[in-house]
Amino acid sequence: MSAVQVSTTVNGDAIDFVCQPTETLLDVLRNRLGLIGSKEGCGTGDCGACSVTVDGQLVCSCLVLGAEAEGRKIGTVEGLADGDKLHPLQKQFIDNAALQCGVCTPGFLVAAKALLDRNPNPTEQEIRYALAGNLCRCTGYDKIVRAVNAAARDVRKQQARKKR
Amino acid sequence: MAHDTSYTDQDFKIVGSRPPRPDGIDKVTGRARYGADVSAPGQLVGRVLRSPHAHAKIRKIDTSRAQKLKGVKAVITSKDLPDLTEGNRGNYDILENCMAREHALYDGHAVAAVAAVDEQTARKALKLIKVDYKVLPHVTDVDAAMQDDAPVVQPHIQHDGKPSNICNVSQFGHGDVEAGFAQADVIVEKTYKTEQTHQGYIEPHACLASVGPDGQGELWVTTQGHFTVRNLCASLLGMDIAKLKVTSSEIGGGFGGKTHIWTEPLALALSRKANLPVKLVMSREDVFKGSGPTCSTSMDIKIGAKKDGTVTAASATLRYHAGPHPGPWGMLGGMTAWACYDFENVQSIAYDVLVNRPKVAAYRAPSAPMAAFGVESTMDLVAEAIGMDPVDFRIKNAAKEGTRASYGPTYGPIGIGPTLEAVKNHPHMRARLGKNQGRGMACGFWFNFGGQTCTDLNIGVDGSVNLTVGTVDVGGARASMSLIAAEELGIPYDQVKCNVGDTASLGHNDTTEGSRGTFSSGMATIFAARNAIEEMKARAAKTWEIDIEDIEWRDGAAHAMGMQHSNLAPLSLAEIAGASPGTGGPIAGHNEVVADGAGVSFASHICDVEVDPETGATRVIRYTVVQDAGKAIHPDYVEGQFQGGAAQGIGWALNEEYVYGEDGCLQNPSFLDYRIPVCSDLPFIDTEILEIPNPNHPYGIRGVGETSIVPPLAAIGNAVSSAVGVRLDHTPMSPPRVLKAIKEKQAGG
Repeated sequence: MSAVQVSTTVNGDAIDFVCQPTETLLDVLRNRLGLIGSKEGCGTGDCGACSVTVDGQLVCSCLVLGAEAEGRKIGTVEGLADGDKLHPLQKQFIDNAALQCGVCTPGFLVAAKALLDRNPNPTEQEIRYALAGNLCRCTGYDKIVRAVNAAARDVRKQQARKKR
Repeated sequence: MAHDTSYTDQDFKIVGSRPPRPDGIDKVTGRARYGADVSAPGQLVGRVLRSPHAHAKIRKIDTSRAQKLKGVKAVITSKDLPDLTEGNRGNYDILENCMAREHALYDGHAVAAVAAVDEQTARKALKLIKVDYKVLPHVTDVDAAMQDDAPVVQPHIQHDGKPSNICNVSQFGHGDVEAGFAQADVIVEKTYKTEQTHQGYIEPHACLASVGPDGQGELWVTTQGHFTVRNLCASLLGMDIAKLKVTSSEIGGGFGGKTHIWTEPLALALSRKANLPVKLVMSREDVFKGSGPTCSTSMDIKIGAKKDGTVTAASATLRYHAGPHPGPWGMLGGMTAWACYDFENVQSIAYDVLVNRPKVAAYRAPSAPMAAFGVESTMDLVAEAIGMDPVDFRIKNAAKEGTRASYGPTYGPIGIGPTLEAVKNHPHMRARLGKNQGRGMACGFWFNFGGQTCTDLNIGVDGSVNLTVGTVDVGGARASMSLIAAEELGIPYDQVKCNVGDTASLGHNDTTEGSRGTFSSGMATIFAARNAIEEMKARAAKTWEIDIEDIEWRDGAAHAMGMQHSNLAPLSLAEIAGASPGTGGPIAGHNEVVADGAGVSFASHICDVEVDPETGATRVIRYTVVQDAGKAIHPDYVEGQFQGGAAQGIGWALNEEYVYGEDGCLQNPSFLDYRIPVCSDLPFIDTEILEIPNPNHPYGIRGVGETSIVPPLAAIGNAVSSAVGVRLDHTPMSPPRVLKAIKEKQAGG
């Protein structure tokens, strides 16, 4: 099989890479682009540790081929912070102790950001269902839900400030 | 050197606060490096071929075609891992589990491994390996394995003078149970079963091995015990311990499942053969089939009581499966079963039983949740039979200081009574229940553990402090260790940086298991800090030219005591550190200790469920954990341990189960078919931390990691039974089982 050349955008940067046609986007991100923040917990789309966005849509990058990134905009955990300024979700995850081992955290952050992008004022139930595709085995989700709720408040404050 | 480990009532300045963890930014930005996140130049991809049979004789393995495939750099079988165990049966069992020798002992048992230039080539190579199996009869059920005519998993193991799957029988207790039962007004006897579950850490096992022809090697690995990994791998591969440097990566969950070695010796052997680095990452299917889940069990529980609630006798017969090699699992079940109670006549008999399933590893308070399911369910049945409130019944029989535990020791100050009182007074107990809802509560116990620990504390010339511990940070431990060092030295939290040291930079540390991390590394950190304080006092004495006896350390500075020294302004840690090049060189504190005196831990949980009578599906609608922490160093992460253990217990109680087919093969090795609780399955999990100091620790610390998984099976069992009006006796209480119980009750009544 011959390799394919792909032109894409990752976290706002134009990126070209070459990959095998069978290679997943997750493997490309991790092994070719050095973006190790996305994790492989299962490789079958069941755990959400590899969550990224493709054109703003939340996906499991283990279920997307690298070649499918052509012409798309990919968002990963590495693109959440704005320079040295953490995204409210990142800050609230730390402040609320919403991570223990932290291996599922990148996926949760990406999934939670996708939620807040479309709904900055989610109910507890909306948070729980939006994150139901991400497995965490350490926390029982309690502090994760609280962190997302607190971050949503921060995001709404930021949005209100921008409007003013 | 002896250290004062006794607890003195003290006011903490920093311990007990909730600062951000030092590894937080790395973990929310994707920078933290876990097992699979590190690469080496020229690295190969390792993959493992696994047995498709539950039990088979391996007649021959032909690797010639795989070896000839372009891009394959090494192929190994058990021949490449010769038996160097010199009669150490435990080590031989580990070797045999890492790579099958004459027999494949379970579906998923490793039989060969390859290292190739890329993943595709490695996969292709596995397909080219031809294994000639003679399939043998198998047994996967613990009760079936104890029958006389059961297929024998390990012919060298004998029971009653003949080959048997019963590999250990242990017995604990005191008093005369027969006499006790004779005094009872009510006796309840019941049989329970629990199915096998997996720890379900999200990060699969992963390592990067590099061994040269000079016999030196390095291993980067996700593990709870890098020193144990080093010692075992070096011993199995014939390497010098000092020549294998093992670094523990950030660990993506372990819960006991990463206390052992699995593919690590294979990666090292492949690297040695290829003379190139080898990265070996398990797939999720490999993790389910080829790591170390917990036991399935079957047990008979019998409790006799007087009408006033006094238990006169209690006995348990416990049967735990161990996988293809002996383990301590039944024994631990037997020891923990009755540990919450003060019974005059009590006994447990525990069997460890071999089956053709993966080798069992520890899973958070290993063996205790199953025994607690049987015991705590039966406690509720007895309370009901004598018409007593189940909490009052437990309070009446709870162990206390001075109680002789059923497994031998006499307790010091303990928390079972206080957790029960807290439950009794908790608003949760008075909340109204709706239709199809039920409430249950249950208690749990775990021993906790200390063990060998070694810690270094180095003070920089700017006064910042580098703390190096050898226990792994599984969930915020570096924050707790930094708090302890800062407390002891009298400096701000931010002035301390805690690292987990590799095996080349510290003395041996036992594996981070048994809830020992904060207890033992906390103890060693305190002593290392005191050691450094002594040195800083000596430097101050030298600077001031006064006796060290005249110097006191407080608030992060050396103070000269007495009127004669009133002209001497205190010397801060930073000032002493800055002057250190001229006063005797670097300042460091060290400690090596066998951390004895781990304080036993107790918890009581309350759970409300709602059961759908049409589907049998159960939903946990409210959950409360009350547990004794001894002292909560960083309360956020103590609560996190309570919540995480409860959530795992909820999954175990309601959903999780290894499903084996008639062929002895695992039918659900994926997170789709082995369903762990997701965010929308659970409510908030309330926590109440009690602090009954452990007198054997300078800060009163007990472990907190494990006890939280012990009560949930029974608490949920009691709640579901109350909701549907029929006793559930088999976990998981999945919809089909609950529905069956409801239907049987309807048919019967």
